[in-house]
Amino acid sequence: MKRQFSPRLLLRNGQLMAGLIIFMTVLVVAIGADYLAPKAFDEMDIPNKLQPPGESGVMGTDQYGRDLLSRVIYGSRIALRVGLIVVVIESVLGVTLGLVAGYYGGWADRLISFLTDMTWALPPIVLALAIVTALGPSLNNVVIAIALVSWAGYARLIRSKTQSLKNMPFVEAARALGESDTAIMFRYILPNTFSLIIVLATLSLPTAILSTTSLSFLGLGSQPPAPDWGVILNEGISLIFNAPWISIFPGLAIVFTALGFNLLGEGLRDILDPRMKV
Amino acid sequence: MNLPDTQSPVVRGISDLSGPLLSVRNLTTSFVTSRGKVRAVTDVSFDVDRGEVFALVGESGCGKSTTALSVMRLVPPPGVVDAGEILLDGRDLLALDRDSIAKVRGKQVAMIFQNPLVALTPVYRAGAQIEEAIVLDEIPRAEAWRLAVQVMGDVKISDHEERALSYPHELSGGMRQRVMTGMMISRSPKLLIADEPTTALDVTIQAQILDLLLDLRERNRMALLIITHDLGVVAEIADRVAVMYAGRIVEQAGVVELYEEPLHPYTQLLMRALPRLGKGQGRLETIAGSVPSLVDMPPGCPFHPRCPMAKPICSTQEPTARRLPSGRMVACHLVED
Repeated sequence: MKRQFSPRLLLRNGQLMAGLIIFMTVLVVAIGADYLAPKAFDEMDIPNKLQPPGESGVMGTDQYGRDLLSRVIYGSRIALRVGLIVVVIESVLGVTLGLVAGYYGGWADRLISFLTDMTWALPPIVLALAIVTALGPSLNNVVIAIALVSWAGYARLIRSKTQSLKNMPFVEAARALGESDTAIMFRYILPNTFSLIIVLATLSLPTAILSTTSLSFLGLGSQPPAPDWGVILNEGISLIFNAPWISIFPGLAIVFTALGFNLLGEGLRDILDPRMKV
Repeated sequence: MNLPDTQSPVVRGISDLSGPLLSVRNLTTSFVTSRGKVRAVTDVSFDVDRGEVFALVGESGCGKSTTALSVMRLVPPPGVVDAGEILLDGRDLLALDRDSIAKVRGKQVAMIFQNPLVALTPVYRAGAQIEEAIVLDEIPRAEAWRLAVQVMGDVKISDHEERALSYPHELSGGMRQRVMTGMMISRSPKLLIADEPTTALDVTIQAQILDLLLDLRERNRMALLIITHDLGVVAEIADRVAVMYAGRIVEQAGVVELYEEPLHPYTQLLMRALPRLGKGQGRLETIAGSVPSLVDMPPGCPFHPRCPMAKPICSTQEPTARRLPSGRMVACHLVED
């Protein structure tokens, strides 16, 4: 019997609570950036450049005198938005392919599994680098590239879950009822995999954020003056010995966000499906 | 329940309303295994008339479920229907393509399964599962929900308006069987196949479900094809019976005739193995030996190794099903015309 979802269970799970708090914090910061940031993210103030954290701002200023706190705050918008878009694209892609492979089997399964293994075998960042180089540097292309290299995990998981679900009597009953294959896949099997998808999506969000920030750091994603955490890190790297705060704060923001989503994902997994291994 | 008739032209087709509703002719279904082709159903023929309750009886593994699944065209791989015809209103279901057969399922023939505990999707409310069936007839959602709740009442679920909102795990086994029955009758099929509908339920619930099926048959004027190993169930609800052994129908008769005078030695032994009250005859009789393995069929009559009356001919020549002057069918060398 499935465990009931109750608020008490939620509170007892420390991991989940910590993750939830961090997630809410990042969300509130991203939504309320206009009210929370002391200045605009691109407002230059050359006389006050390279000020350490203190009077001129909680996180100091960069080489153009821009307030670092404001840049990091606005950066959360980019990180969350990009992370969510990547997760939506990769999960739709991976789940659909996994359903088709698991449900139909045969040559469709062999083809999809081959693609999955290929994608899985290649190092994701290198593959993404290749794709972005081919498409040209821009944040949109980075999103496409990351999504294209990271759907394989969803496809594998959903494929095996579909293989076991498609032999369940309720699927046979749906067939006896005259449901089409498409209806059986999307109305009967898919809803039974939602808990898996939620957990996997939460766990792959930090990876998506890390990957996109990495590509932005390498200059292939967001372009300056966008307050992308990767871009800020990159700007600070040449001044790491003189003004380390420029790199440290966006770095901390990335770690904080990634940590939060990992905790949230693992907490959700414990509640929704304790036996699942992702 | 009066649903508007939205049968597609494909399904309406040419129908022959004079003959039997379902006519299974020389059906042979086998499974392809590493040890070769295994015949689960061999040369099975029977008719189900409109509004009739027809029972297929036999031990586990005798091919009765495979016969039912063949009619639904739902034999799981590696099973294949090798030969035969399955005529529903004169149309051969075996000749239909994937889309056309999907239109026949649920609308013309529906099937309820053995284990109601896992036959409902855990993620939808009971009413929504019936609604899913009803919207297949292109009825708008809101109307379909209203009809679904009504169907829950038709299958005699108490507090059905409330229960429609329950999830399957909140319902008892009997209630889940009623919900599944509701799903299957919601599109008013002409034939409902029930594969061991009561096996997973306790005895009091069994009787209720059987009553419900008979009641629904009357109300929806549908025929019932009951698959069971339980001769008690057969006696209670069937009009006609076919007894299966090792993938073959060995005897077919009206239920009263069969119980009063079983002709095939296997049927006779089955009847003697039934517990009877008040006779004080001690231990129940059993049939010696066991069902032959489908991969290793004895030559001749498949029952001869266990048959107390076997003659030399039985081990060399397989008896064919014959119609006796009385109209009954039997496949045995020993039965005189």
